[in-house]
Amino acid sequence: MFAIVQAPPGDFLTTYVATLASSGSSINAEQVDALRREYGLDRPVWVQYLKWMENLAKGNLGLSLEYQRPNAELIGERLVLTMVLALLSFVFTWIVAIPAGIYSAMHPRSVVDYLLTVLNYVGVATPNFMLALVLMWGAFAYLGMSVTGLFSPDFVEAPWSLARVLDLLKHVWLPAVVLGVAGTARLTRVMRANLLDELNKPYVTTARAKGLSEWRLVVRYPARLALNPLVSTIGWYLPALFSGSLIVATVMNLPNIGPLLLRALINQDMYLAGSILLIYCFLTIVGTLISDILLAWLDPRIRLEEG
Amino acid sequence: MSVLAPAVPVTAEDRVSVASNWQLVWWRFRKHRLALVSALVLLVLYVTVLCPDFFSTQDPEATEARLAFIPIQRLHVFDGLRPSPWVPDVAGKRNPTTLRMEWRVDESRKIPVRFFVTGYPYRLLGVVSTRTHLLGASADGRERLHLLGTDRLGRDQWSRLVHGTRTSMTIGLTAVTFSVILGVLLGGISGYYGGPADAVIQRLIELLQSLPTIPIWLALTAALPRDWSPQQVFFAITVILSLVGWTTLGREVRGRFLALREEDFVLAAELAGASQRRIIVRHMVPTFLSHIIATSTLAIPAMIINETSLSFLGLGIRPPAISWGVLLQEAQNIQTVALAPWLLVPGAVVILSVLAFNLVGDGLRDAADPYSQ
Repeated sequence: MFAIVQAPPGDFLTTYVATLASSGSSINAEQVDALRREYGLDRPVWVQYLKWMENLAKGNLGLSLEYQRPNAELIGERLVLTMVLALLSFVFTWIVAIPAGIYSAMHPRSVVDYLLTVLNYVGVATPNFMLALVLMWGAFAYLGMSVTGLFSPDFVEAPWSLARVLDLLKHVWLPAVVLGVAGTARLTRVMRANLLDELNKPYVTTARAKGLSEWRLVVRYPARLALNPLVSTIGWYLPALFSGSLIVATVMNLPNIGPLLLRALINQDMYLAGSILLIYCFLTIVGTLISDILLAWLDPRIRLEEG
Repeated sequence: MSVLAPAVPVTAEDRVSVASNWQLVWWRFRKHRLALVSALVLLVLYVTVLCPDFFSTQDPEATEARLAFIPIQRLHVFDGLRPSPWVPDVAGKRNPTTLRMEWRVDESRKIPVRFFVTGYPYRLLGVVSTRTHLLGASADGRERLHLLGTDRLGRDQWSRLVHGTRTSMTIGLTAVTFSVILGVLLGGISGYYGGPADAVIQRLIELLQSLPTIPIWLALTAALPRDWSPQQVFFAITVILSLVGWTTLGREVRGRFLALREEDFVLAAELAGASQRRIIVRHMVPTFLSHIIATSTLAIPAMIINETSLSFLGLGIRPPAISWGVLLQEAQNIQTVALAPWLLVPGAVVILSVLAFNLVGDGLRDAADPYSQ
């Protein structure tokens, strides 16, 4: 991680000096040297690395060179928003995909099934930043409103309150939907295929012969079995949402950690970038863990294997 | 004489039983109408990849501020009932308050679209020096032809799109080729030899798969030196994309090798004294080659989307190189899009190509195993 962040030639100060120079003010060599000593940038790379690791172990993410604020403080609130966005979009995916998949499987080759299939293919093929752009353009050109950001202007800097949470909920659904569309499409297809496989099994015929209503019959047994493979995909789907939110967030100008990482990378604000990359990795691992736990909870067969 | 089988298959059943594996795959693929149409779309796209300059109407780099934001001149194939393609003319007027040139489509005046016109010089396929282009307005340059309008710098979007298609489609293909090579090699070693090599490679795959892809890609591409040439950046991006992309294929190949190693025909070949190399290349790889092709076809669209996203964020392919992502960067600002919606057209092409790759991939996957039902 550290190697990646260190890789670009030059360091933060070269970028900083260049920015100062381009904005007209100048800085002399002595001042640059003083700054370099202050940030520890004059010492060899491995010393910088050890220092970083030492601080990490103490739970200290270091100081952002650009913002002159502790990284933990910069990342904190944005991290919460990143997670809220990913979770909402996850919920959206499941709420839409599972009923759609079940319906498709119960009525194969119907008009709705074909329609859903077409939508699925298009949904998978659309890059999510493209969808975000089209929606923003549509809202701007035809409704005359701007759908960027997560808060109304009044609430951007406001402290957390009930009103601010409500305001967040008013704005967050659109990015959540944009982020979830591709996943929804994929999930619907998987759900449909799984359920179709299950519906051909003898126990379904038995249940039908016993006169169970079709809806109850499907939801009670085969749908639950068809869910299993889906749960095991959470492991990579949640991380994919976290990384996907980076692009959507940049396009829609959302205050989560995505745009912060982008800026940090471009300005070579290495401790900030490194911390954010670490957090992404951490979120990925948490996602995998959640899916393992869920799977064990849902499917007793997996639980028993352990014992 | 009656013991001899007929040399020429007569019934359909006979044909199937003597057909080669690839013939069977093709017959099954042919039944998949959508996949066939998509394959045609891809063929057209790759033909433009071969010689983008021939299909361009203008130099994609030629800028002229006066010609900024010209709207799309819709191509009409018929003039009345006569097949003679034309586009409506555009008229520019300077807005007295903003002093900006504003272009409007003027349906009353027609500009004929000619075939094989003379335009800017280029090298066809990199060899033949020529000035001939497939489409164009009159050669003297007084008539304007912008099939997809122009961007903020007055560059012709159609020509830029054709050039962007070359970059983006090639990057998808080369990145997947790299992934396939890496995946087959490492997956093969892992599955065939097993033991410590298998353990090391599997842990490596797990490590790579547990990394959040997009942030890592961003960090890696941000680390590319700013002064690299477009060719170097192109190559680096390809390598970066495939470094993560090979893991899925590696796993699949390993699984195949593990399953095939126990098969009777491998044992037979071993007993017949075939070398390890011959067993792998001659007996094992052909049995899952069609699967590899299908999987890689399905991997290309993901690569294309990734490249487009990276370039869109400004960390992938960089101007002056043109790719779909670079073109869409022009549409990043919502005010600009409201002013010139045609800047979103490259996005539609992205969707079209990804759709086509997915459909072809699905068709191939179904056809890959011709003996299954």
